[in-house]
Amino acid sequence: MATGTEENGEAAGGLAIHPMDQFIVKPLFGDGPIEWYTPTNVTLWMGLSVLALFALFVLATRHRGIVPSRLQSVAEMFYGFIYNMVEDVTGHEGAKFFPYIMTLFMFIFLANVLGLIPMSFSTTSHVAVTAVLAMLVFLTVTLVGFWRKGIGFLSMFWVSSAPLILRPVLALIEIISYFVRPLSHSIRLGGNLMAGHAVIKVFAGFAGAMGIASIVPIAAIAAIYGLEVLVAAVQAYVFTILTCVYLRDAVGEAHH
Amino acid sequence: MEGDIAEMGKFIGAGLATMGLGGAGIGVGHIAGNFLSGALRNPSAAPGQMANLFVGIAFAEALGIFSFLVALLLMFAV
Repeated sequence: MATGTEENGEAAGGLAIHPMDQFIVKPLFGDGPIEWYTPTNVTLWMGLSVLALFALFVLATRHRGIVPSRLQSVAEMFYGFIYNMVEDVTGHEGAKFFPYIMTLFMFIFLANVLGLIPMSFSTTSHVAVTAVLAMLVFLTVTLVGFWRKGIGFLSMFWVSSAPLILRPVLALIEIISYFVRPLSHSIRLGGNLMAGHAVIKVFAGFAGAMGIASIVPIAAIAAIYGLEVLVAAVQAYVFTILTCVYLRDAVGEAHH
Repeated sequence: MEGDIAEMGKFIGAGLATMGLGGAGIGVGHIAGNFLSGALRNPSAAPGQMANLFVGIAFAEALGIFSFLVALLLMFAV
């Protein structure tokens, strides 16, 4: 998304901190060209979120107790929250997909939260990352739908409750909206994260240019940062609940 | 000279594209306001509808994010 900013960074705008510079993908070692196997800052921060996930769910729950330790309660809280969400939205059948949805939620949530550490890199602000997650959800939903319902999965596009004349039109709209799903699914997460981080950097640029009055933008940054913590959690929640809603089409009853 | 006009058009277009976010703001406010008015009428039913609230907000917001995307594409990709 934010690849061509190096040359724009100096020329465009008078800001000392260019808001998009934080999204540049850099190799961790040296300055070489980025191949698919090059370890970059994206690799590092994705790895860190996986490590954090591992630490929370494997290490913290290794000595399971009837009276849970503090970290174990956190892990149990996340588990219960996601399990209830999956069961509420997709029903009993969809609960089979709980491990996938739990992994999705925790990975996105931890990547968002780790991205909020100053000077870190938020991997989920890159649409390239979120698009992979959304495409996997799309493929899963489509394959599961055809596997569970066979050709009957296509009846999702044929709205039987509508008047006959309207049905072809509705079918067209439904098909378009079905294929736009991965796009909106990924851009929602990536765009929200990127917009939030860019806003913080824009205010940081103001703070650098305002001298003693910079207390105002710094206060604004603190407020926006609080909002961003909320956004990090809500967007992870929204991504997973939409995954559940899409899965309901594939595993649930025909219509609601 | 020609390049300058193209540059100007890019910035104007990006600025115009941000207006789409106003529509998203209206949509999200509409959903949240209606949820609140419904929740105040029947508070016991409100917690069960939180998921629907977030899904509705997410759908409304996605369209605003699209216009943000158009602005970004104009600024950095065109």
